[in-house]
Amino acid sequence: MSGFFKSSIGRKVAMALSAFFLMFFLLQHFAINLLSVFSGDLFNEVSHFMGTNWLIQFVMQPILIFGVVFHFVMGFILEIRNKQARTISYVKNNGSANSTWMSRNMIYSGIAILAFIILHFIDFWFPEINAKYIKGDWTGGHELVDGYRYFHELQVKFENPIRVAAYVLAFVFLALHLLHGFTSAFQSMGASTIRKKRLQTIGRIYSIAIPLGFIFIALFHHLNHH
Amino acid sequence: MNLTLKIWRQKDSKSKGQMVDYKVTDISEHMSFLEMMDVLNEQLVNTGEEPVAFDHDCREGICGMCSMYINGEAHGPDRGVTTCQLHMRMFKDGDTITIEPFRATAFPVIKDLVVDRSSFERIQQAGGYISVNTSGNTQDANSIPISKHAADEAMDAATCIGCGACVATCKNSSAMLFVGAKVSQYALLPQGQVEAADRVRNMVAQMDLEGFGNCTNTGACEIECPKGISLDNIARMNRELMKASLS
Ligand code: SF4
Ligand code: FES
Repeated sequence: MSGFFKSSIGRKVAMALSAFFLMFFLLQHFAINLLSVFSGDLFNEVSHFMGTNWLIQFVMQPILIFGVVFHFVMGFILEIRNKQARTISYVKNNGSANSTWMSRNMIYSGIAILAFIILHFIDFWFPEINAKYIKGDWTGGHELVDGYRYFHELQVKFENPIRVAAYVLAFVFLALHLLHGFTSAFQSMGASTIRKKRLQTIGRIYSIAIPLGFIFIALFHHLNHH
Repeated sequence: MNLTLKIWRQKDSKSKGQMVDYKVTDISEHMSFLEMMDVLNEQLVNTGEEPVAFDHDCREGICGMCSMYINGEAHGPDRGVTTCQLHMRMFKDGDTITIEPFRATAFPVIKDLVVDRSSFERIQQAGGYISVNTSGNTQDANSIPISKHAADEAMDAATCIGCGACVATCKNSSAMLFVGAKVSQYALLPQGQVEAADRVRNMVAQMDLEGFGNCTNTGACEIECPKGISLDNIARMNRELMKASLS
């Protein structure tokens, strides 16, 4: 089996498996964020649960971080290898004649998403880690607000229009990445065309609806908080 | 029609090549692309210049030898054809046509537009066959029933002529369409299933060894393949390798 993951196809399968995991995570992240549109209190409750539940913190979170890092590192390794497979490029290459822009530029949409994740970590994840693991405060409170801090922090972060614009742009890249990545992952796992046609529809809906939903949430908080 | 050709010229595998401009006149739209190249070469020979080296053999879309990257596409802008089947009616008078060799580290240029595709041969030798001794005791072809569906799919996969357009087209120079077709044509039939696990393992290992890139499912190969080999064959190869690795 270890030989399998060293082969080109094995790596493709590993990319697909980590992609499935990340797409599932994205769906869950979206569902929780959506709560913030309807009820700040509910969002606070769920966020506190996610942030303090030991199973999520100590089992799911490391798996997620591993999944993210693996997908990026493997993506870069494959890109470098693929570049080595053609060291002299064509003088004229008409890529759009036979493939989509999304499929040819996964590395660039991926890099844009990576940049976003770094910004997102600086915005939300590092302050959380700081509060919980450095300051040792597991109450989820904040000196400026009664109750939990999560909803308040969300509102404060989305005040800055530049940050909101960066988030919106990142979600556009996410959509582009998913528009190829969703069906590509199934193809790597060996899905046949007939199944892929149906998957393509589901993939398009997922790839557009989820990023659009995230954009909506960011804009909603930007416009509703003064 | 009159055309300007920008052609990759390279003396041998060691020298550095470059694009050189040529003009051809009075090209008939009924000519094949290779016939147009013949006109150019005749012109070059007459003026004492070195003719452009290019691969060809059958000139009817069967052998897979012809291999040009024309205006940014393997086998040119038409679909379902090899370069020898490409007609000049696909171009207009006054056009500039860029002609390059198939590019991949695993397909080194030998001279001008000729590339060495023996990496494909080595992949075939790694497992693209069945070990059946047929001498003297050949069985009746119909003694093993095969479903129509499997027969059709195996036949479709077997139409791959090993031209290498899939590699040339792929942004990753991946050979997975070719190898997928070869793996599939046997994996679909009972005679090939006996050695299926070893075959896929060995062919994929050889493919990786040759330095082909990794497929990212852009689907460009399927579009440019002169024989319309489907991406399904890559999916089947992936399934076959997973199966072989689990067993
Ligand atoms: S799969 Fe198609 S493009 Fe690739 S070698 Fe076979 S015939 Fe040529
Ligand atoms: S020369 Fe044989 S396929 Fe073109």
